[in-house]
Amino acid sequence: MNERMNFKYLTYEGQEGRLIPLLQKVQAEDGYLSREGLLRIHEETGVPLSQIYGVATFYAQFRFTPVGKHTVKVCHGTACHVNGAEDISQAIREEIGAGHGETTADGLFSVEKVACLGCCSLAPCIMVDETTHGKLTPTLVRKVLRGYAPSQKEETP
Amino acid sequence: MKVIVGLASCGIAAGAEQTRQALAARLPKDVPLYITGCIGMCYREPLVEVRGDDGHRRLYGGMTADRVERFVSEVVQGRGEIDEWLVWTDDGRGSEAKFLASQVRIVLRNCGYIDPERIEDYLAVGGYQALKKVLDQNDPEALIQTMIDSGLRGRGGAGFPTGLKWRFARSSPGANKYVICNADEGDPGAFMDRSVLESDPHSVLEGMAICGHAIGASHGYIYVRAEYPLAVKRLRIAVAQAEEKGFLGDKVMGRDFSFHVQLKEGAGAFVCGEETALIASIEGRRGMPRIRPPFPAVKGVWDSPTNINNVETFANVPWIVQNGAAAFARYGTEKSKGTKVFAASGKIVRGGLIEVPMGISIRDIVFKVCGGIKDGRQFKAVQMGGPSGGCIPAELGHTVIDYESLTKTGAIMGSGGLVVMDDATCMVGVARFFLDFTQRESCGKCTFCRIGTKRMLEILTRITEGKGKEGDIELLQELADRVKNTSLCGLGQTAPNPVLTTLKYFRSEYEAHIANRKCPARQCKPLVTYSINEKCTGCLLCKVRCPAKAITGERKQRHVINQDLCTRCGECYKVCRYGAVDRD
Repeated sequence: MNERMNFKYLTYEGQEGRLIPLLQKVQAEDGYLSREGLLRIHEETGVPLSQIYGVATFYAQFRFTPVGKHTVKVCHGTACHVNGAEDISQAIREEIGAGHGETTADGLFSVEKVACLGCCSLAPCIMVDETTHGKLTPTLVRKVLRGYAPSQKEETP
Repeated sequence: MKVIVGLASCGIAAGAEQTRQALAARLPKDVPLYITGCIGMCYREPLVEVRGDDGHRRLYGGMTADRVERFVSEVVQGRGEIDEWLVWTDDGRGSEAKFLASQVRIVLRNCGYIDPERIEDYLAVGGYQALKKVLDQNDPEALIQTMIDSGLRGRGGAGFPTGLKWRFARSSPGANKYVICNADEGDPGAFMDRSVLESDPHSVLEGMAICGHAIGASHGYIYVRAEYPLAVKRLRIAVAQAEEKGFLGDKVMGRDFSFHVQLKEGAGAFVCGEETALIASIEGRRGMPRIRPPFPAVKGVWDSPTNINNVETFANVPWIVQNGAAAFARYGTEKSKGTKVFAASGKIVRGGLIEVPMGISIRDIVFKVCGGIKDGRQFKAVQMGGPSGGCIPAELGHTVIDYESLTKTGAIMGSGGLVVMDDATCMVGVARFFLDFTQRESCGKCTFCRIGTKRMLEILTRITEGKGKEGDIELLQELADRVKNTSLCGLGQTAPNPVLTTLKYFRSEYEAHIANRKCPARQCKPLVTYSINEKCTGCLLCKVRCPAKAITGERKQRHVINQDLCTRCGECYKVCRYGAVDRD
């Protein structure tokens, strides 16, 4: 993700300027920010741990608990809202038993509510991992999620 | 002949990647396959263009992978046409010809035309010639004057004259100066900047470099949302290509001018669209705004003079340099020149990315460009400017796109989100939706923004749940005034706008929720009940579809909804073919 960790302008950016890219790197590698991960950043940069934690908690991107195998981002942007995003969220809750910010008991899905995926003309939409599914209905979204269930995966060659 | 697939985020979501693979497998060897970005017709994605050797362009829509076989045999090999899939041609044919006919494309000039991952394509359409021109002239003052004369104003929403902003940054003393491109497009319902970055990243880089030359900066940052992985990827490619060709880096085009560009990925904070919060975030701190002055032009990133413009503003710059200030100022109204890109979405027939000249009316955008309201319903309002903007009712549809005219209605120009609403949209729900957003995104620095928005959200929530009280409207209004007047940055100052505008134009809807416990648009679930009337034929469809198993009834007998089990999802209402489900 952030392949260029050695910024050219390190001299005036200082260690703090690297903080957010480093947090992003650790999360990309570990899936979330563990205490150990934050300590690693502290050791590398010398920025106080309290400050690192303060920055990490400010931004919505950072998580402090492990996530499920698949991340389901439910778009609640304006266009999705007026096209029934609430119904989609409800259908997801009913189908897999996890609401916004929750992970299913079997660790298969984590559900997140996001502000906008930017696919407004396909509203309402969700993003499972890196794949966007658009023009959903409650029935369709159930079908999409069932496609990620492990039993189905094994059946397909 | 060559074949080009539109591969921007919308297209990919609609299945364009599969289309590209199918084309790669089936196209004859002498017909090359290219990719391009977004042409704006999101509603007809995936899009495939056939470009003849003479440059003649034909665009086919809805091109999912299953259409590829017929397409290759009839259009590519047969040299024929498939009229029912044809959406646009450059000689004015196709089902969607009108969509592009009333647009003026300056910012989007190359979007959907060039391959965003090939700098050769950008160079072929005159790319980096504007940068060469300003370096040849080497007269930053004249360049700034050109920007001022063009009348270009900040497209991020506030509308500050771009040339003046540059002049301030230029005249500020400082050895190191910076150019920042604000690509932290956070408004829900807005994807203009994403499309430009995905479809024509070099024009933004060129605009930044020109700005760098104008203000005397040798470094630039692009602060881009991490939620835009494709934009980030294409920007990285573009920066590397431009560095390799000598358009960025040390001694640009061999002249005594250096300009380095670095990408900074945001981490999911709406408030970082505010310039001082954005600077804090680049510096690796919590993205909280600070008091201005000093303005970034005097004291910005790393305490150095900094000029911040957004993606769309920068994309205009090379065009203005090449075509002159007068050509740009030919479009628009007295105080708002040029064009504006909108991400049109919501209840319209043709949703997508549009670029229209300033001065066009809202009604013309909705009906002429976007084809009117879906499903033959009534046009009720447009929401402009996202969470900072407001709802403009259909009665004010004659309002023209112009910073001042829009502000007069209580909405704002904003960055370009334009969500169209029909009569089935609850305006209280819309206000609640936006406040829910700003309340969550408030950084917490200013008391009224932190707590006031929370209280407002609670009031709106109880209204939509049918628990509104007398006096709630007045309380909302009072809180809105306080939040507006006591917040430091734009987020708080504008957060009440959606509430204030809906109260101004749709007050009766609030009153119906509070006094009659009814949602006139039938959208607030706690206020809606579904029941089955005597038209029911007992077809079982609703019973089968009901996810809550709340419907009982035998075949050919009238069904009944158990109100205790019903989750009010409306699925039965949608599937019934006999109009037998009542919604009240």
